[in-house]
Amino acid sequence: MQFLLNQTPITLTEFAPDMTLLEYLRTERVQTGTKEGCASGDCGACTVVIAEPLNGMLHYRSINACITYLGAVENCQVITVEGLSPNRSELHPVQQAMVEQHGSQCGFCTPGFVMSLFALMHQPKQHESTGASIAERINTALGGNLCRCTGYRPIIDAAQQILTHQTDDQFDLNASNTLKQLHAFISDLQPKVPALSDQKFFASPTSINLLLQLLAEHPDARLVAGATDLALETTQQLHFLPKLIYTGNVQELRQIEISEQQITLGAAVTYSEAEAVLIDHFPAINGLLHRLGSLQVRNQGTIGGNIANASPIGDMPPVLLALNATLTLRSVEGVRELPIDQFFVDYRQTALAPGECIESITLPKLSTDSFLRIYKLSKRLDDDISAVCFAIHLNVHNGLIQSARLGLGGMAATPARAHHAEKSLIGKPITPEGIYEAQQALALDFTPLSDVRASANYRLLSAKNLLMRAVLEYTQPRSLEVMHYAHFDG
Amino acid sequence: MRTLTDSSHTLSLSDHHQPGKVGHSVAHESGHQHVTGSARYVDDLPEPKGVLFAAIVGSRIAKGRIRSMDLSAVMTAPDVIDVLTLKDVPGHTDIGPVFPGDPVLTSDQIRYAGQPIALVAARTEKAARKAALLAQIEYQEVASNLDAEQALSRQHFLRPSHRMQRGQCDQALKSAPLTLSATQHVGGQEHLYLEGQVSMAIPGEEGEMMIFTSSQHPTEVQKLVAEVLGIPFSKVTVDMRRMGGGFGGKETQAAPWACLAALMAAKTGLPVKLRLPRKDDMVMTGKRHPFVNRYHIGFDQQGQILAADIEVIGNGGHSPDLTDAIVDRAMFHADNAYYLPQVDIRGHRVATDTVSHTAFRGFGGPQGMMIIERAMDDIARVIGCDPLDIRKRNLYGKGRDVTPYHQTVEYQTLTRLIDQLEVSSHYRSRRVKIKDWNHTSPILKRGLALTPVKFGISFTLQHLNQAGALIHIYTDGSIQLNHGGTEMGQGLHTKVSQIVATTLGVDLDNIRITATRTDKVPNTSPTAASSGTDLNGKAAENAALILKQRLSKFLADQQSVPVTEIRFENNRVSWNTEDSISFAELVQQAYVARISLSATGFYRTPKIWYDRDKAQGRPFFYFANGAAVSEVIVDTLTGEYRVLRTDILHDVGRSLNPAIDIGQIEGGFIQGMGWLTTEELVWNDQGQLLSNSPATYKIPAISDTPPVFNVQLFEQENDEETVYHSKAVGEPPFMLAISVWSALRDAISSISDYQISPDLDTPATPERVLFAVEKIKGGRS
Repeated sequence: MQFLLNQTPITLTEFAPDMTLLEYLRTERVQTGTKEGCASGDCGACTVVIAEPLNGMLHYRSINACITYLGAVENCQVITVEGLSPNRSELHPVQQAMVEQHGSQCGFCTPGFVMSLFALMHQPKQHESTGASIAERINTALGGNLCRCTGYRPIIDAAQQILTHQTDDQFDLNASNTLKQLHAFISDLQPKVPALSDQKFFASPTSINLLLQLLAEHPDARLVAGATDLALETTQQLHFLPKLIYTGNVQELRQIEISEQQITLGAAVTYSEAEAVLIDHFPAINGLLHRLGSLQVRNQGTIGGNIANASPIGDMPPVLLALNATLTLRSVEGVRELPIDQFFVDYRQTALAPGECIESITLPKLSTDSFLRIYKLSKRLDDDISAVCFAIHLNVHNGLIQSARLGLGGMAATPARAHHAEKSLIGKPITPEGIYEAQQALALDFTPLSDVRASANYRLLSAKNLLMRAVLEYTQPRSLEVMHYAHFDG
Repeated sequence: MRTLTDSSHTLSLSDHHQPGKVGHSVAHESGHQHVTGSARYVDDLPEPKGVLFAAIVGSRIAKGRIRSMDLSAVMTAPDVIDVLTLKDVPGHTDIGPVFPGDPVLTSDQIRYAGQPIALVAARTEKAARKAALLAQIEYQEVASNLDAEQALSRQHFLRPSHRMQRGQCDQALKSAPLTLSATQHVGGQEHLYLEGQVSMAIPGEEGEMMIFTSSQHPTEVQKLVAEVLGIPFSKVTVDMRRMGGGFGGKETQAAPWACLAALMAAKTGLPVKLRLPRKDDMVMTGKRHPFVNRYHIGFDQQGQILAADIEVIGNGGHSPDLTDAIVDRAMFHADNAYYLPQVDIRGHRVATDTVSHTAFRGFGGPQGMMIIERAMDDIARVIGCDPLDIRKRNLYGKGRDVTPYHQTVEYQTLTRLIDQLEVSSHYRSRRVKIKDWNHTSPILKRGLALTPVKFGISFTLQHLNQAGALIHIYTDGSIQLNHGGTEMGQGLHTKVSQIVATTLGVDLDNIRITATRTDKVPNTSPTAASSGTDLNGKAAENAALILKQRLSKFLADQQSVPVTEIRFENNRVSWNTEDSISFAELVQQAYVARISLSATGFYRTPKIWYDRDKAQGRPFFYFANGAAVSEVIVDTLTGEYRVLRTDILHDVGRSLNPAIDIGQIEGGFIQGMGWLTTEELVWNDQGQLLSNSPATYKIPAISDTPPVFNVQLFEQENDEETVYHSKAVGEPPFMLAISVWSALRDAISSISDYQISPDLDTPATPERVLFAVEKIKGGRS
């Protein structure tokens, strides 16, 4: 494989399939500027930036090097903190801003912040016109970087300085050259198909047929997309994953199609890639998407991955359940469609057959009488796993609920619908009195657990109350979520 | 919608012209290295030839005994070089820092989950960690107890209980017109320094051992390494350039990993690095002590306290560690800023079956303050007035100025500070608006609170209040500075360099501060208790003054002028208004004249004493003060909340570096807010820590910073003779976050029209807030 490490072209003929990018940087390259804080993608100390060609330009995104497999950066430019300064005496503007604003104390998280700031500075210009304020952009860009010393204020000031005094840096000036180099890598690309006898490999198929063929030949291989969950088996459980098949270069899995009736997302589309389309068609998902993992995780994590790993606390499945999504599953045997509520079989178990993968997810568009609310409860606003995730999708006509789909996460061994509660909503007025029965019925639908995130009592009570909040929000214009009051002016 | 922090500060008190002098907001001395990734932490150092990587085999049970242990699979795992167990320890096996109780490894009794049993060394880190999983250990498990109140009822104490008394509390309580009592549970806190625990040991000649570690207390690492190896202290050298955060978590609990690395290095004769994976770090190291506090107070119709009976119970885990001093400091701060005319404070140190809890910013002070701040809010609800009025009525003042430990509060700084903050934060008008708003908002409720901090500065163990420094001037005029304090991000090295630069009248660039090393400045105290600059700054100033005096005398003699005419300014030394030479030139001449250009400095804090048997004295040289106003909004359907605005006014005396001081204030506040809100330690019934990663333990992230965050320094010199009349700043701002907790209680109380003062144990997670709301709703209906 080939890639650029900062400005240096690297060619690797052999590497351990489950070597992480962080391990490679620190151990193989002895570039120790990128730090390990947690090795689980939760602190951002290892943040590096990936640059890739997209529509003739370089597209930059921040990722956690600790949970990225080395093989996933093929044909990319990997930019690390060591690569930012144009020369030994000069600092890059983001580095300069961090020093001037006193943005570092112990300094251990600093390289990660610097890289997230660098990615923010290089956000495509269209991000500036999405209506997000500078403040929102900063919090979104840095929500996955933990600092234990500063309390963040000086880092926010540094970010503001960068966004308000934006100039071209040497990466902009060198962009055409970088693009040329990356394109040369891509045209060099030989599809590397591991042999039947290979016992360890990181395979990177470029088509769905190749992927399915590999999967058929190596039923013991693991599919890896964003790796934001799978890589924890490597870094936390120390499992050796000898055979990995990477979905990121399978073009068919990266498509987004919008038709009159529905939206189809390829299984390897990342959250960041899907964000604009999802928010456009389902505005209620906005809040959730900004709190689902961190930006680094959303830049890597895929919707297909979130479904396939069938975690009871994934945030996308409740939404997909409420929206009545359909999954397209494919294997060498053929293709089939499955409503998502038949996909989750048991704790971390799915309806996927051996050799089968998720190809795409299809979401019917909302109808004019649709009322959608999506709530996420967690201890912390940024980058936290839900205690309860609740997606409420009602069709309301003349104040009466015609249909209801309630998807919940964190309430059972799998993401699940609340069938009893749904039934008791039908035909009821959308009022606090009208939903009383449904609130009670949630206790029939779920017997949640107590764990590190919340108690069973809290989960059940807050789920009931979230149904109430949806109803209250139906009748009043302003959201009742406290996070909307962060800049309270009243 | 996410919004941005909008801040305003006063960066004043900087009346000097020469950049780099004290009073200037000089950037952190390592700022440039931090942002380029060139700042080296222990794991970034070049690895010496033959280095081995170590991993720990930890206990899977919390309490019981090891029945049998088979490490053969570990030993034969790929790339494994050696395995070390208790029998391989040549010297002391107990590394308790103050009192015994901390075995470096165990082969028999298990006292907490994760307790180290063996150490594996391999050629790669991954190989060592994988091999450690192969240990076959059979345990005989017994039931563990993690409950402090149960430990108290069973009289399971780590150290004897202690009592502070003044007056006749019992009688005064009986005759008080109004009384209240309450119990609160205050949670612990994981340090979550971004750089985890790490040490590298390199064996030298004749049994010497060189240690690179991330520790707040290199001298103690030196002592303990020497003791486990059974060699004199003089054969061990500890080097500590910087930590990626400490917060107290590397005061005593960095040493075990250095000891283990050194033991393995001694056994194999090879360099050994031991870096804990984050999960091991969180499981195997102690936390801030969880506390259970109780009060029984008597007060008059105006809400002024007449008598206070307070009990604080610190949960120390399995061993004493620093628990004795931590519970003492909780007791020293159970009054916070308030005069308690008749008072009886008792502090207990209970043993439970967890990792040994340890120092954490504030060192028990925050836990002690929580009980009296709760009392202030509770009194206000009974009297029916604003909690701020109750706080002001109870502040220390003239004739009401003696603490429960009989130290007099000499200066009434807080009275003026609170008045100023009350005005600048528009507390009163916002209070009215918030009450009105709450009447119109059935679901969302806002809360407001102002809480003060009075924090005692000095180690309460008197002998720790000393420091040393070493300054070399080289013949090119460049200066190398070393002192006993450690840099953990707090800006200590920057401030001490500024002090020396100011004293010698040279540019900051001319001063090179080097790694803290036990062979440069010996017998140091930990960098703790907020004392880093107070102690080491004074010691460095002392060394600089000695050198300045030598150079002055030399120049005065040479020019035949009185020594008092010699001035050091702007890299030059003058002997009258016209004549001067450069600092470097003077140094060269002095060298040729055989004047010593190296000096050690020393400092010990004056005035302090404490008779613990009587619980009387002056344990603190002075008090650092501050106050914060926080406003929150609470969702009564889910218990979620946001901090909307915080205003802080904090007393750092005369600031040595306003930017660094504000950084400490803001960072301390946010860390304190995390402790009281989202940071929840959860153990299961088997004594296993469930919140063992940053995925499950949530420290504040960027959106938690209040969108309006006004931090100002209270401009006033320290009345005591501290270094440039500055004040310590590391710990005190942490407790400003109590304002957030109090504001949450205020918001919840609004549901009862401020009639009920809700219980709200900490951390006040959304879950605890929702149940507090439900309790009030239930009580009302």
